[in-house]
Amino acid sequence: MVCRDRLRPPKAAGTRVFCVSGHVKRPGNYEVPMGVTVRELVYEHAGGMRSDKPIKAFIPGGASAPFLTPAHLDVKLDFESVAAAGSMLGSGGVTVMEEGTSMVWAAHRLMEFFYHESCGKCSPCREGSAWLVQTMRRILAKRGRMEDLETLLDLCKNIAGRTVCAFGDAEVAPIQSTLKYWRQEYVDLVNEAEAANLIRLEPAGRP
Amino acid sequence: MTFSEKYKDEIADILSRYPVKRSALIPLLYVAQRDQGYVTESAMQEIAQLLRLTPPQVYETITFYTMFNLKPMGKFHLQVCKSLMCALVGSDTLLGWINSKLGIAPGETTTDGLFSLSVVECLAACGTGPMMMVNDDYYEQLTEDKLDRIVSDLRSMGTSPLKSGPFMWPEPLRSTDRVTG
Repeated sequence: MVCRDRLRPPKAAGTRVFCVSGHVKRPGNYEVPMGVTVRELVYEHAGGMRSDKPIKAFIPGGASAPFLTPAHLDVKLDFESVAAAGSMLGSGGVTVMEEGTSMVWAAHRLMEFFYHESCGKCSPCREGSAWLVQTMRRILAKRGRMEDLETLLDLCKNIAGRTVCAFGDAEVAPIQSTLKYWRQEYVDLVNEAEAANLIRLEPAGRP
Repeated sequence: MTFSEKYKDEIADILSRYPVKRSALIPLLYVAQRDQGYVTESAMQEIAQLLRLTPPQVYETITFYTMFNLKPMGKFHLQVCKSLMCALVGSDTLLGWINSKLGIAPGETTTDGLFSLSVVECLAACGTGPMMMVNDDYYEQLTEDKLDRIVSDLRSMGTSPLKSGPFMWPEPLRSTDRVTG
């Protein structure tokens, strides 16, 4: 009974190397104590934001970790705190995006990555990643439809947890999280598509 | 001379490293690619035979990885990372520079056969984007000036002092290096 507690590793001890990328002044690898906040990592270690614009979004743990918002800047970078905030510490790849970045574009870029990396062994991931990426391309090209947003969520729900490896869970993270926090950006692009669709060649010769 | 005759010893050495034959697929593909700059159809067929795989199994492995080429490439293969982390710091602008300086789009080779361009997914240098790999060398934190220097260095010297990695590129494993007994 005694040794069980002793054998359990401390929850957030030691240091961790974080790779800070994106719109910061000094991107790169920083070895910091586990449990520093994102704010400290970005503003003290990585020199703050590139053009002093506020942070719009960040990914705390590599491409597979759901996006977080400025409301999560004081979340401690240890496994449990990041998980409690709805993301994961993952690889420690912290990507920071400034105000003015399109979240649909960002999610699409990551989806292209996952589409390429899917090995194709499990059908939910193989077919799902292709379907997701095509839907994202369509929305981004302003040819989306409102029902695409439900399709995206439905696809995500049917990929995560239905594959042999954790890649299926990972690939839905960018789309699910951006739809959760920045749904309006998707809606705006679809609205533009619907407005553009009204401009068409009128038929002639009708009575 | 066929591929398996030409590299008889090296192939035997690679095969001896793996308890399961098919595990040698990627190392053998690297040998084939080193020979011609790309993997030829006949090499694919020979490798399939050597490893008791079907030719499609070899082909599908090659098409999964961007580091294998299926057609002749230029002397310098520029592989630009286009994943989000590099895209946030301008990998698309970098592609535009390459296009205007060398006149090639992704998938194309310059007419002098020197440069080929590909766009690839994450090359694990997210903190130093935008970056590209030229053959096996990393060039990171690219700017327009840096790109100009790299291109002219490559033309004149075949390499560039601006290369920044990878620092831990493993030396090929030879049978003599292995711990025996």
